[in-house]
Amino acid sequence: MTDSDTAPGAGEGSRSFDDLLGDCVHCGFCLPTCPTYVLWGEEMDSPRGRIHLMGQMREDDVLSEAAAGHFDNCLGCLACVSSCPSGVAYDALIESTRATVEQEHRRPAGERLLRAAVFALFPYRRRLELMRGPLKAYQASGLNRLVRRTGVLERISPSLATMERIAPPLTGAVPALPEVVPARGRRRAVVGMLTGCVQGAFFPQVNTATARVLASEGCDVVIPREQGCCGALSAHTGRAAEAAGFARATAAAFADAGVDAVVVNSAGCGGTMKHYGRVLEEAGAAPEEVRRAEELSARVVDLSEYLVQLGPRAPRHPLPVRAAYHDACHLSHGQGVTSQPRELLRAIPELEVADLPNPEICCGSAGVYNLLRPQAAGDLGERKSEDVRSTGAELLVAGNPGCSLQIASAMDRAGEPISVAHTAQVLDASIRGLDPAVLLTR
Amino acid sequence: MFDEGEGEPRMPQPLTALIPRLREICGDDGVITDRTRRRTYESDGLTYHASTPGVVVLPTTTDQVAAVVRLCADAGVPFVPRGAGTGLSAGALPHSEGVLIVTSRMRRILEIDVANERAVVQPGVANLEVTRAAAPHGYYYAPDPSSQQVCSVGGNIAENSGGAHCLKYGFTVNHVLGLEIVTPQGEVVRLGGKAADAPGYDLLGAFVGSEGTLGIATEITVRLLRAPQKVRTLLAAFETMDAGGAAVSAIISAGVLPAAVEMMDALSIEAAEAAVACDYPPGAGAVLIVELDGPAADVDAQFERATRLCRESGAFEVRTADDAAERARIWKGRKSAFAAVGRISPAYIVQDGVVPRTALPDVLRRIAELSAASGIRVANVFHAGDGNLHPLVLFDDAEPGASERAAEVSGRILDLCIEHGGSITGEHGVGVDKACQMPEMFSPADLETMDLFRSAFDPAGIANPEKLLPTPRLCGERPGVRKGVHPLVAEGAAEQF
Ligand SMILES: Cc1cc2nc3c(=O)[nH]c(=O)nc-3n(C[C@H](O)[C@H](O)[C@H](O)COP(=O)(O)OP(=O)(O)OC[C@H]3O[C@@H](n4cnc5c(N)ncnc54)[C@H](O)[C@@H]3O)c2cc1C
Ligand code: SF4
Ligand code: SF4
Repeated sequence: MTDSDTAPGAGEGSRSFDDLLGDCVHCGFCLPTCPTYVLWGEEMDSPRGRIHLMGQMREDDVLSEAAAGHFDNCLGCLACVSSCPSGVAYDALIESTRATVEQEHRRPAGERLLRAAVFALFPYRRRLELMRGPLKAYQASGLNRLVRRTGVLERISPSLATMERIAPPLTGAVPALPEVVPARGRRRAVVGMLTGCVQGAFFPQVNTATARVLASEGCDVVIPREQGCCGALSAHTGRAAEAAGFARATAAAFADAGVDAVVVNSAGCGGTMKHYGRVLEEAGAAPEEVRRAEELSARVVDLSEYLVQLGPRAPRHPLPVRAAYHDACHLSHGQGVTSQPRELLRAIPELEVADLPNPEICCGSAGVYNLLRPQAAGDLGERKSEDVRSTGAELLVAGNPGCSLQIASAMDRAGEPISVAHTAQVLDASIRGLDPAVLLTR
Repeated sequence: MFDEGEGEPRMPQPLTALIPRLREICGDDGVITDRTRRRTYESDGLTYHASTPGVVVLPTTTDQVAAVVRLCADAGVPFVPRGAGTGLSAGALPHSEGVLIVTSRMRRILEIDVANERAVVQPGVANLEVTRAAAPHGYYYAPDPSSQQVCSVGGNIAENSGGAHCLKYGFTVNHVLGLEIVTPQGEVVRLGGKAADAPGYDLLGAFVGSEGTLGIATEITVRLLRAPQKVRTLLAAFETMDAGGAAVSAIISAGVLPAAVEMMDALSIEAAEAAVACDYPPGAGAVLIVELDGPAADVDAQFERATRLCRESGAFEVRTADDAAERARIWKGRKSAFAAVGRISPAYIVQDGVVPRTALPDVLRRIAELSAASGIRVANVFHAGDGNLHPLVLFDDAEPGASERAAEVSGRILDLCIEHGGSITGEHGVGVDKACQMPEMFSPADLETMDLFRSAFDPAGIANPEKLLPTPRLCGERPGVRKGVHPLVAEGAAEQF
């Protein structure tokens, strides 16, 4: 078996759902890395169990209430893809299953409403940006601390409480990035950059840092204005048609940008963009369109992946900080990117980088999972924050802002707040020779 | 009360009466009645035996297990223990009218007692977790089945599991010091204890390997070993299997005790090359992998001896590995061997048998004769150190009559093992899968004695019935021979030891 055979999602091409299901040999090697199995210890909430439920669904040609619930419980973290020695494409299986659930399953009214709200808001940057004002006012008022202390939201709605807790601290306005950030010094490459919906609205500083790092390393950074959500959120939750729409638009935005690579700094987005072919196939797109999307996918790289490939050129300045690196699922399990961020961070003088125990277990953020399944997400957050605490780190670094927020919020609740940063921000601070204090202010 | 789907068969009668009590014992979320959910427990790692359990319970404490078993005993309802469900002999195959008692929520490590070199764990703890918990203290748990990251210590006890390193360190039975069990009547009993070698009958030894037929282990005290100071591995290439076999004998009779000794024949080397390009010495008719571990000085001395003995026995090339990366390169071909065979044959059967080590050369010759006479190729990969054979019987399932001839050869190989004073299973256990072959190895009187022993623990016959020992219902007609190797192993994704 070659490595490419086992690469996440590789080779599933146009194999049928049943064919992919048949790859599972029921060995159970995936169980210990599945967050829901870790939490609840029951077969139905393990990858092997869910694959069995998918098999039942095909065999009996019905989607039972029970099975739908267990599919909804899946975080889509893809730890099972990494740990499966048989190369089962669980990522393809669950996406397709979610689409079936979405079409055939009627959820309870409350959950339907919540989902509708989430999907009306999240994939749209402008709507998200509109939320910034009220959120900022709310945070500035100090009301947030009162609300958290009293636990009033917890009682009204755990999902709302989660949403409140993980809302990122906001300061200042969204800085607009130019359409092209020119390379510093001799140009080594021309790259496109995805700004993303959530990233763009709530974490503009991550995008700015990304653009600066790329430019410092000698890249012209092209940031097409017309780009929006990449469709990851929709694809991960079974909204196939919506996902395909976003995929088409994103592919179009980068098609004529004349870039060597499309650099993505958000794990979930990168993971999906690398599989645009599958996203379009799921929605029944024409082969020609699928092929074009695959062309874009071939150029998509994660920021850390790209920087390692390119090799460092800008000098790094010391950052005397004790950091811990957290593997975002859609980077490690989804894209197989684990060594590159560590390599980049370890090359920074005086930066100590600790590994977390249980690195393969999801922190519970998982896109909008923490809004849809707040209890499970909270429990996983707690486990992760214990692991983070055990390293004695003062800064948590991750390649996905959702993870950082989730873990920071869990650490907060435990009364041991921690600073968080994206890999790009740490590199940016080192290249610019900033005082480490900028990373350590929360 | 039961959220069964429309038109689904209802739960069997005597069980429905137990449900409210089970819920009182295990809590609502510790009892699974819904059929869709129950079905996910229908098989272990050997999926062609499947049966939907009547009801599934997920206890968290010994008291809960005992209460559930008492309830079963009072009602005469059968129960089946299950750990992680990785078994390869359908030992955890559920009873359709019984209670499946799953230990997956009993996964606390209760104590790591470094000073006394032992750990106390709940039965659902994964094998590798014990080592992970002990590692910071410089210790590990020795039995290492290749499913170790997932299989439970309780399941290991029930199957007396082993691993590549059981040549030197022994099987699970050598590493269990004490057990708390729930008997089939629902009593909580302690076997063995923290002190070594309790007086009286060795009931602890009897329980290990009992495949869930004598009760459920609910708390397990295992021995921890100090992590070896040094590990060194060699790969030796020989022109013939006989020469390789002679090297094994020479090494062991010289008093060298390797941690592992693995051997592959030409056919399996060919397959491994095709699959993973392991780059073993060209022209080898057999390769031997020898791993030594222990105190650095011992390892170095023994390593030199093992290397010399290999050369003296005719090895034309010896490679050595001193770090993890080099070691991985040597093991690569061996670990992929099963997988690899899929590349040179459309279908095959994997056997799991044991012979005394000294009988190995003879048995291998007889296997070669069998193969020549039948025109069915057999690849050999095995734990040469302890005589555990995993012959792979290759055939083309598209060719008429081939699978029957292969099954015949596979069966004959087991007969050979028995003739040479060996056994029909190395590590995968009997379960349902080989229960009907027990009479080939044991006389009716032997089997009757075993049954008497079993009845002493379980007079009502409710603990994992129809496993391990043959029953007329199960073996009235001879069950089909296993169709092939476990698919995962076939892919080289995992190995079986
Ligand atoms: C890919 C693969 C590789 C493997 N490699 C090896 C190997 O190298 N060596 C090896 O020996 N095995 C190997 N196995 C087989 C299997 O992993 C072992 O038999 C293991 O010990 C089973 O543990 P489990 O927790 O999965 O038990 P299960 O499969 O759930 O149950 C196995 C048996 O134990 C009984 N049982 C479970 N828990 C208890 C308890 N607490 N008390 C009493 N009875 C109990 C069950 O009733 C059943 O009879 C492999 C399996 C796979 C799938
Ligand atoms: S994607 Fe994550 S949560 Fe879902 S089955 Fe796989 S490991 Fe479990
Ligand atoms: S998904 Fe992979 S690891 Fe999990 S049971 Fe199936 S084959 Fe084994």
